[in-house]
Amino acid sequence: MAKIESSFKNMTIVLSLITGIAAIALGFVYKLTLDPIAQVKVKELQSSINLVVPGADKGTINEFAVMPDDGNDSLYFYEIMINNQRQATAVLSYTDRGFSGRFTIMVGFDLEGNIIDNNILEHKETPGLGDKASKSKSNWNEQFKGLNLSETNLDVDQNVDAITAATITSRAYCDALERAHRAYVKHYSNEQNSANDAEQNIEEE
Amino acid sequence: MNQWKNFTKGFIRENPILVLVLGTCPALATTSSAFNGLGMGLATTFVLIGSNVVISLMSKLIPDTVRIPAYVVVIATFVTIVDLLIQAYVPALYATLGIFIPLIVVNCIVLGRAEAFASKNTTLSSLLDGAGMGLGFTLALGILGAIREMLGSGAIFGLELFPGDGALIFVLAPGAFIALGYMIALVNKINKAKN
Repeated sequence: MAKIESSFKNMTIVLSLITGIAAIALGFVYKLTLDPIAQVKVKELQSSINLVVPGADKGTINEFAVMPDDGNDSLYFYEIMINNQRQATAVLSYTDRGFSGRFTIMVGFDLEGNIIDNNILEHKETPGLGDKASKSKSNWNEQFKGLNLSETNLDVDQNVDAITAATITSRAYCDALERAHRAYVKHYSNEQNSANDAEQNIEEE
Repeated sequence: MNQWKNFTKGFIRENPILVLVLGTCPALATTSSAFNGLGMGLATTFVLIGSNVVISLMSKLIPDTVRIPAYVVVIATFVTIVDLLIQAYVPALYATLGIFIPLIVVNCIVLGRAEAFASKNTTLSSLLDGAGMGLGFTLALGILGAIREMLGSGAIFGLELFPGDGALIFVLAPGAFIALGYMIALVNKINKAKN
């Protein structure tokens, strides 16, 4: 069979055919993988919540976004509900002060605002140094367990053990923790106030 | 015999990384551990086999002037398929390779084999060429990843060999250059001795 001549008509037909077939093939694979990919994402989120709030998988999760006072993007709150009662809240927070730009962390708060547990999620910190903020690499972030940030100010120079040779990462991590805590306090104090107002209204009536 | 050569030439004699020195970007960037190196290698192998076979089948139907855009469409299709499949079924690998999977599209080996081999040879030879080149690439990446993981994190495939941190430089980019340089030197020596 001779090679097809490079006329304008031939080129158009052949390229259109190839892209058409490619599009059909991709559409098919996309359909096929749509469900598994969605499931993987849900599973990843659940396991990262479960890590900072042990036993979170026993309850249902109520998800919403909260805009912090500082920072350009919203934080995500995941309330763990058992029998319609909030047990704890996992907050997906971020910082832009990382060594290689933004990274995200997940923090679990109990009802009093004490940190249950915390972990770094997506990050580009230096392997072997900054990535020790991850639970899979070291137990560095254990030191924040049980702290209430309304009572303690995190300061890497004073009361926080920084990761050796990764002071910037450690500072950024504290920044993300504090952002999560401020948003947490603000959100639930607002909710408390509106609930109190509603109660007062009822009493006045 | 000739077909066997088509298959095996990618392992050492024409190894894409260690002799042709093509596609070093993913080779340096994704080999911080043996698992990542192997995963990247296998993803590229799949794309190489797929694109080589399809391009050799269609080579007569594609007018010469538009052959490169046509090849790129075929390669990009296979890469997107791999990307979606890894995302769905090997999420751990997807998390570490991330951006480097879509970047297989611009890997010189894939387009290079399409242009230099698949467009001029039979489908069977192209299949074997793609498989051989892909496995050679996988082999190089796997060994490079294993060396870096061993020296850098003191582990292999995530299993700890010795306690402690290892030489951090091997996890970072400079270590990749050093290890790759020694591997190329070694393969050069083997190839010289053979000739």
